[in-house]
Amino acid sequence: MAKTLMKGNEAIAVAAMMGGLDAYFGYPITPQNEVSEYLAKHLLPNGKVFLQAESEVAAINMVYGAAAAGKRVMTSSSSPGIALKQEGISYIAAAELPCVIVSVMRGGPGLGGIQPSQSDYYQATRGGGNGDYQVIVFAPETIQETIDTLKEAFDIADYYRNPVMVLVDGLIGQMMESVDLEKQSKKRFLPNKDWAVSGTKNHPGRNIVNSLFLDPQQLENHNIHLQEKYQLIKKNETKTEVFGIDDADYVIVAYGTMARICRSAIEILEEKGIHVGMIRPISLWPYPKAIFTEINPYCKGILCTEMSMGQMLDDVLIANNGRLPVGFYGRTGGMVPDPEEVVEAILNFSNRVVR
Amino acid sequence: MEIKYQKTKGLTETPLSYCPGCTHGIIHKLVAESLEELGLLDEAIGVASVGCSVFSYQFFNCDMIQAPHGRACAEATGLKRVLPQNTVFTYQGDGDLASIGIAETIHAANRGENITVIFINNAIYGMTGGQMAPTTLPGQKTTTSPEGRNTLIQGYPIKISEIFSQIEGVAYLERVSATDPKQVLRAKKAIKKAFSYQKEKRGFTLIEVLSSCPVNWGMTPINALKWIKDTMTQIYPLGVFKDKGEDHV
Amino acid sequence: MPKGKTIFDYERCKGCLLCVEFCPQKILYQDKTTLNRAGYNIIKVSDPDKCIGCAFCAIMCPDSVITVEVDK
Repeated sequence: MAKTLMKGNEAIAVAAMMGGLDAYFGYPITPQNEVSEYLAKHLLPNGKVFLQAESEVAAINMVYGAAAAGKRVMTSSSSPGIALKQEGISYIAAAELPCVIVSVMRGGPGLGGIQPSQSDYYQATRGGGNGDYQVIVFAPETIQETIDTLKEAFDIADYYRNPVMVLVDGLIGQMMESVDLEKQSKKRFLPNKDWAVSGTKNHPGRNIVNSLFLDPQQLENHNIHLQEKYQLIKKNETKTEVFGIDDADYVIVAYGTMARICRSAIEILEEKGIHVGMIRPISLWPYPKAIFTEINPYCKGILCTEMSMGQMLDDVLIANNGRLPVGFYGRTGGMVPDPEEVVEAILNFSNRVVR
Repeated sequence: MEIKYQKTKGLTETPLSYCPGCTHGIIHKLVAESLEELGLLDEAIGVASVGCSVFSYQFFNCDMIQAPHGRACAEATGLKRVLPQNTVFTYQGDGDLASIGIAETIHAANRGENITVIFINNAIYGMTGGQMAPTTLPGQKTTTSPEGRNTLIQGYPIKISEIFSQIEGVAYLERVSATDPKQVLRAKKAIKKAFSYQKEKRGFTLIEVLSSCPVNWGMTPINALKWIKDTMTQIYPLGVFKDKGEDHV
Repeated sequence: MPKGKTIFDYERCKGCLLCVEFCPQKILYQDKTTLNRAGYNIIKVSDPDKCIGCAFCAIMCPDSVITVEVDK
């Protein structure tokens, strides 16, 4: 159980290799370049594939090609680059290909800034590509959790034949923490990839990887099939951390870096005699809606906190379903709040109620 | 009596969806025959693009993947990098290769990706109903250049073979046509050479085939072939533009 | 004895006339009285004895309609 001090981005790269990464395709973008730089050094000597693509668009399509061949593939980028990948992600989900996408969020919209933010929640969970599809999205809060998530992400992607996104922000990417790399992750039984392309001499018949179904009934059937898969994922992969909601005066909902800030805020509020619980979604899609009904009925309100102008807020409102007052506190543009700001937001909760 | 010519095993039994007399049909045969004769059919993986040939995954008798518009060369790159022992090819039209996909195509060539690209140049966008392509000739009438392509505001025909001949990673580059049996046999020879070069790991190979679009050109299939011969070859001369030959492996 | 013989899979034919155009012996023609299931007029051989088995018709056919046999 030896611990190592690691930078977030580097840990992502190391964890991906430990998760069985066969091929990485990416394009430089701040603040995640250390991911590809580590992989540039270590993949080729290990007989794996590394390629810096000419754009994020090209990279996600290279991912599609390698994933179609049944390999474990990853790409990483940040907000504007993830925007470029939306077409490719829709095609990957439609063709039921597995892959891992790491998104290291920075300020937006547009070129935005390079400091951390959480303003790509919509982009990750609602998707910018066309059609009815979902990406499985995990949002770890520590580098350890990021490593654990990454290691398991490839299995999850393979199991469901779906893209999996690991969503962090620039702070997690750039900071250093001590981690245990050897921690075992959950093992799943994975079927053979007999759908993958490899040449007709290697399998019966012809394998075709495709997302085009011109016949409307066929396309609807395909969509129904995808939705059945998503129902299964909702049942099996919803992940959340919860504490103190049985008797809390307020409940904070936060993920990633924001959740860590809120933990400090909760300690400060405890000293002031205000008991605050937390719901920390670890899977953003599927979103842990069910747990919201277990918040005690005397709770004075739910405060949704994000480093954005309010994106997860929609899912909080949906999950709350009108039961309790919902407030919002956020900073964005690369501004990372102090715990004191969250304390202030709870103390002034009635000012923050979303109408 | 013995069989001199029959339908190639490189094509499935599915009837082709192309218009009567469209050269897509001829070129599909040449690609399929080349793979069959070189013994590469059972290791081939094709990348279908978006255009009239979007259904090529139904026609080529090998594993196929279907790419977004313009991205075929990036997907072929991903495939070939993880399956270097397979024969990987793309089959793309003017829009797919020369317009939306120009970056992916140039960079695959620039990296010397060991893939074969079949480029169908018919100077128009067929599937979407006859719009102007980067390859449309000056003065040529299309639905988005109804007065004829005006080079002052709509640019010039893009000459892919000429441009790509400058790229170091390209191992074999030839422009051919499908206008008559002699040219068709020449085209087949070029396509076969391209696949052989891939097998010999020489680098990126691209065959540009001047092709017809009888429906959107408003011509009969026979007159369309004549137009390629008489008019298109004036802008797009046939020939070998690059051949790394025996020395470069 | 003709050197060559053509066999047509009529249902694949789309009546494009490329085979008619490129037959050097000029022995192919479109039969305007016969339709295949797709509604195209099919191709017939006017003078099979003149077939030299060059297979130009089959080479130009986009739809793999024609099989060509030749004397051994």
